[in-house]
Amino acid sequence: MISAPDVVAFTKEEEYEEEPYNEPALPEEYSVPLFPFASQGANPWSKLSGAKFSRDFILISEFSEQVGPQPLLTIPNDTKVFGTFDLNYFSLRIMSVDYQASFVGHPPGSAYPKLNFVEDSKVVLGDSKEGAFAYVHHLTLYDLEARGFVRPFCMAYISADQHKIMQQFQELSAEFSKASECLKTGNRKAFAGELEKKLKDLDYTRTVLHTETEIQKKANDKGFYSSQAIEKANELASVEKSIIEHQDLLKQIRSYPHRKSKGSALCSAETEPTRDQADQVATTSNPDESADADLYACRPAYTPKLIKAKSAKCFDKKLKTLEELCDTEYFTQTLAQLSHIEHMFRGDLCYLLTSQIDRALLKQQHITNFLFEDFVEGDDRMVEKQESAPPKPSPGRPPSRSPEECPIPQVFISVGSYKSSVESVPIKMEQELGDEEYKEVEVTELSSFDPQENLDCLDMDMKGSVSSGESIEVLGTEKSTSVLSKSDSQASLTVPLSPQVVRSKAVSHRTISEDSIEVLSTCPSEALIPDDFKASYPSAINEEESYADDSEGAIHFQASISPPELAEAEEGSLENTLSQTDSSCCIGKESDSLRVPLSTPAHTLSDPDGVVSSPPQRYRQKDQGFHVDFAGENASPSRDNSSEGFPAFELDPSRLLASRDVSKTSLDNYSDTTSNMSSIASTSSDRTPSSAHPTGPSSERHKKRAGQNALKFIRQYPFAHPAIYSLLSGRTLVVLGEDEAIVRKLVTALSIFVPNHSRHAKPVKHWVSSPLHITDFQKWKLIGLQRVTSPAGAGTLHTLSRYSRYTSILDLDSKTLRCPLYRGALVPRLADHRTHIKRGSTYYLHVQSVLTQLCSKAFLYTFCHHLHLPAHDRETEELLASRRASFLKLNLGLVNEDTKVVQYLAELLKLHYVQEPPGTGHPTLRFDYVPSFLYKI
Amino acid sequence: MLPMHLSEINLKTDRTNSATKRREEATLKKKSPLQTIGEEQTQNPYTELLVLKAHHDIVRFLVQLDEYRFASAGDDGIVVVWNAQTGEKLLELNGHTQKITAIITFPSLEVCEEKNQLILTASADRTVIVWDCDTGRQVQKVSCFQSTVKCLIVLQRLDIWLSGGNDLCVWNRKLDLLCKTSHLSDTGISALIEIPKNCVVAAVGKELIIFRLVTPTGESLEWDILEIKRLLDHQDNILSLVNINDLSFVTGSHVGEMIIWNILDWTVQARECNFWDPSAQLDTQQEIKLCQKPNDISIHHFTWDEENVFAAVGRGLYVYNLQMKRVIACQKTAHDSSVLHIAKLPNRQLISCSEDGSVRIWELREKQQLAAEPVPTGFFNMWGFGRVNKQASQPVKKQQENATPCSLELIGDLIGHSSSVEMFLYFEDHGLVTCSADHLIILWKNGERESGLRSLKLFQKLEENGDLHLAV
Repeated sequence: MISAPDVVAFTKEEEYEEEPYNEPALPEEYSVPLFPFASQGANPWSKLSGAKFSRDFILISEFSEQVGPQPLLTIPNDTKVFGTFDLNYFSLRIMSVDYQASFVGHPPGSAYPKLNFVEDSKVVLGDSKEGAFAYVHHLTLYDLEARGFVRPFCMAYISADQHKIMQQFQELSAEFSKASECLKTGNRKAFAGELEKKLKDLDYTRTVLHTETEIQKKANDKGFYSSQAIEKANELASVEKSIIEHQDLLKQIRSYPHRKSKGSALCSAETEPTRDQADQVATTSNPDESADADLYACRPAYTPKLIKAKSAKCFDKKLKTLEELCDTEYFTQTLAQLSHIEHMFRGDLCYLLTSQIDRALLKQQHITNFLFEDFVEGDDRMVEKQESAPPKPSPGRPPSRSPEECPIPQVFISVGSYKSSVESVPIKMEQELGDEEYKEVEVTELSSFDPQENLDCLDMDMKGSVSSGESIEVLGTEKSTSVLSKSDSQASLTVPLSPQVVRSKAVSHRTISEDSIEVLSTCPSEALIPDDFKASYPSAINEEESYADDSEGAIHFQASISPPELAEAEEGSLENTLSQTDSSCCIGKESDSLRVPLSTPAHTLSDPDGVVSSPPQRYRQKDQGFHVDFAGENASPSRDNSSEGFPAFELDPSRLLASRDVSKTSLDNYSDTTSNMSSIASTSSDRTPSSAHPTGPSSERHKKRAGQNALKFIRQYPFAHPAIYSLLSGRTLVVLGEDEAIVRKLVTALSIFVPNHSRHAKPVKHWVSSPLHITDFQKWKLIGLQRVTSPAGAGTLHTLSRYSRYTSILDLDSKTLRCPLYRGALVPRLADHRTHIKRGSTYYLHVQSVLTQLCSKAFLYTFCHHLHLPAHDRETEELLASRRASFLKLNLGLVNEDTKVVQYLAELLKLHYVQEPPGTGHPTLRFDYVPSFLYKI
Repeated sequence: MLPMHLSEINLKTDRTNSATKRREEATLKKKSPLQTIGEEQTQNPYTELLVLKAHHDIVRFLVQLDEYRFASAGDDGIVVVWNAQTGEKLLELNGHTQKITAIITFPSLEVCEEKNQLILTASADRTVIVWDCDTGRQVQKVSCFQSTVKCLIVLQRLDIWLSGGNDLCVWNRKLDLLCKTSHLSDTGISALIEIPKNCVVAAVGKELIIFRLVTPTGESLEWDILEIKRLLDHQDNILSLVNINDLSFVTGSHVGEMIIWNILDWTVQARECNFWDPSAQLDTQQEIKLCQKPNDISIHHFTWDEENVFAAVGRGLYVYNLQMKRVIACQKTAHDSSVLHIAKLPNRQLISCSEDGSVRIWELREKQQLAAEPVPTGFFNMWGFGRVNKQASQPVKKQQENATPCSLELIGDLIGHSSSVEMFLYFEDHGLVTCSADHLIILWKNGERESGLRSLKLFQKLEENGDLHLAV
């Protein structure tokens, strides 16, 4: 059966640095085609070649003790998606690579069955025959009726694109961990409930038996026991024992370390709200139950029943389904999370990577990015909110998810993964552990990384792959991408941990748990390896050695990056990095010579001090915090000001995307647009109203359209520059016109130039028909105004002329613009009517990049101390003013009116930074007393 | 691109205006000498505004509580306490059921333990409430009035306060009624001021009535208030009454009489009533007609400094010099409609607000070429002699008599309110607060200074967060 195991390359995680290394000389018969479909076309995007399914999907399988590996469900639940792909076959594959042979039951030397709170294992594998690559997440659920009380399950993300799996490993792992944690929590709850029932049964049975025994005793007081009595006594004794065992189990399951470490905070954060929610449900359905009722408290309504002495045979009973194994609330949550994952990783890898890099870079500018960016909303607010009240999603629906909430993109491009698809790593390191703790664990608990142990691990892995069959390649595991876990922020996450905690955690850990060690050490490593497999064993070691060599080489490689190049990559423009990354991730299999330069940005980016500055795990949590906070803010009547300030956006799907005020947009809108875009009817997709719509595909569409219209405006109107200058400098632009559609279109297009006051809402009002008021100019920076020809409209025009000093007026009907003069250099660059850019989305990106540059100037200007405050007491205000002016002119290269733009942005930055809950409160209406001019075409 | 100067669009839009009568009037008078300044106002420091919204009806009163707080009150019966720096609404005081007719701060005694700022409000519901502005607590309420209290005055020296409605009542701090006058008139007291020798002056219709307070002495413990004198010099209802210095107070009537009184013997020191004198008008026939409408010459408000009394007369502003006993500067149509409130700033600036919804900032300047070139309008004379001479040839003689040595020059206007600006309050540090019949209060700020303050705050916050690293 096993002819050519595609397996095996092991490395220590420290050495796994994505450095290029020369492929170890594998014996010919073990080598596998690296990119199985390369022959079918030069186009690396034709990833579906060879694959039997139309797009990525998630598969949940179980290793049933009765029938073996079997697929349970797929997400999306649509046969079109996986097509002719053999789910049964693939379930067998993925279930057979569970390295974590979990051990539950009576451990040697223990009187009672012992539950292990095992960690999930995360494996990447590929099936070259099927053209499928999968991230596989194994987990075990507890089932009282199952053998050893455990049921192994796995969730797999299956894609035809190997690189997607490899490079998104960390994100996949984080997301699946959340799903798994949710599922497991629900399972523990259900398991505890089951135990409670069982205990009640047993108790009842004991009482019955006891009475019977007493009756018998009374019946014959002759001093000897009948065989029947002895039997009863035995039965009673076994019931007693059973009770003690079950009580012990219940104690164990209840004592599940909920917050095992801070690193796993994401899991508890994920479960926390659901727990609240579940509690809520419980309290509503069951008012008697106190609010802080134990999570595992069972319903008192249960009537115990008698348990027969002989339990049913294993195969007689029907095993519980996955739904039955898990608390309903949690199960739906899990499904929601999974379909969120499916949404999140939809699309091409290039796209995913680009948007991740984009987001990562934007997060770096968390002080300025509220000004023009759409989708990082609330993120850094959340950082502050994080410590406050625990996030609480609105009951009745799972916390909303969205692609934008995906963990912080780990900007790295693993060169190693291009080189070799055949590598494998000892799994089961506690991912959350920081390096220090990790080492400590190593030292105190076991020396899993001395060579001998390594071999043991290797054995385990090989054992796993033995059964997995020929075409399975174990490509990598959790630790294979461990660069990420070395980011300093992650270390800082674990800092507060006391060593004891770490140790106890380590004990509960699968591989490093004592039980497992026993297993490992009692089994001679050689014995585990099938004979015909031993041949490959040395080669694996060779490979490992070569790895070590390579990592040395890698250091040279890194050091040899020439400083200018490095600097360029670091400070380089967004596009630059993007394009490089793009190409690098598209190219995949190329010659070494090509690969090395491409990897340069990757290295700089993956530098812990560089882009990746916060741990991926935190973002989900923050997002929840954000949503909650948001809702609260809007709901709070005491803040009528704020809600008044940014009134609800009209529920207009076309404007939806411009709106940041996501929480106010009804779910209907979402489902509308979702159903438009989603070609499949996923049962659970409806349950995940994603607040992330602005980043979804339709948001792209929106941007594209806005960009296209803006481009049209620039080409059509020669006075586009002063109009855009008005927007950038915070002077309200009123777009006056009779036709609502035209006005709205232009307002949407121009809104890409409007700096935001806060993350809440864009100060854009698409359509007004009533006369404007002074407060409107304070609130809105871009207004679409209806021109009414009837006398009633006179008032509108009158106020417009009365407040003319606060506004620029773009009259669409007569094609005139009335606004101050603009003579700067910035806007011509932003909006060149002779631009060669043709596509809306390209233009949008162009605008974004120019604006980002502008933001950084504003940032510099705002945060230079001596520009705003005297360096010493004797400095006069005039001196400061001249210093400011020369800084703007000489250092930032701003001419004429451009300074006003930066000054305006600086004021917004100041306000935003100083405000206590950032983004609340109103910016004042700032204006200048400058003359306006009338522009005509 | 054809940049064109833009008055056409103004004209066009202005024509169609029908929002208010006042504004229509303004539009018609496009050619009247109403001085306009245009959009370029280099001397106007107010480049930031903040709209404060809390009232549901006309906001009529603003009163300063301390360096950073003020209270507003109006026809909706609520009093709102604001932070003048941030525009934050600090308190809302609810207690009156009808519109508020008077509001005054009640300074706490130095000896008093309680340092809380108190204010007194009188309302058309015939009550007076004492509020604690720090807690928002209603300290006490008096509701035994026979008529609406229209004015309040605090005599801090005696630690009493007086309320003027149809009669005049004297109260102590504990709100005990000490004494009261008999019924004075059905129109009631429109203004009250304190003058020396325990006297107060009340304006009742056309009359000024002087009352003397009899304080408790060794002989009697009773308070009493006695009418001393009635002054009948005004021809029409007295609208304004203010103390201008230790020596005199000034009154203004509906028909434009301004009388300066000796504060000690209550005799007329000076009197100016030619505000509507056609000879003082340089304008067209139509203008004179308009001006002769009594409403256009009623004196709504006075303000003063050491040398001058500034009067809001109809739509115009007049500066009366106390020593020269004559008008030294005037702006006859300073606004499109009645000027409601004026205030003098330290830097020779005068601010006026009007029913036309605008606030204007003026500067009192001395005419430089007065001696050499006695031309009528001080600051148009730069545009060549020929034109001026041509224009001024006829009235030049009158001008020489009436020529004002100074001029009020418009240096800026604040446009924000959509309805009559009832009152404003000037804060040295925080700018200007205006209240209006459009229910809004607007905080006008010096943008440059605010920007500096924000920077200061920003770096303070940075320092607090430990993120400030100053390069040496």
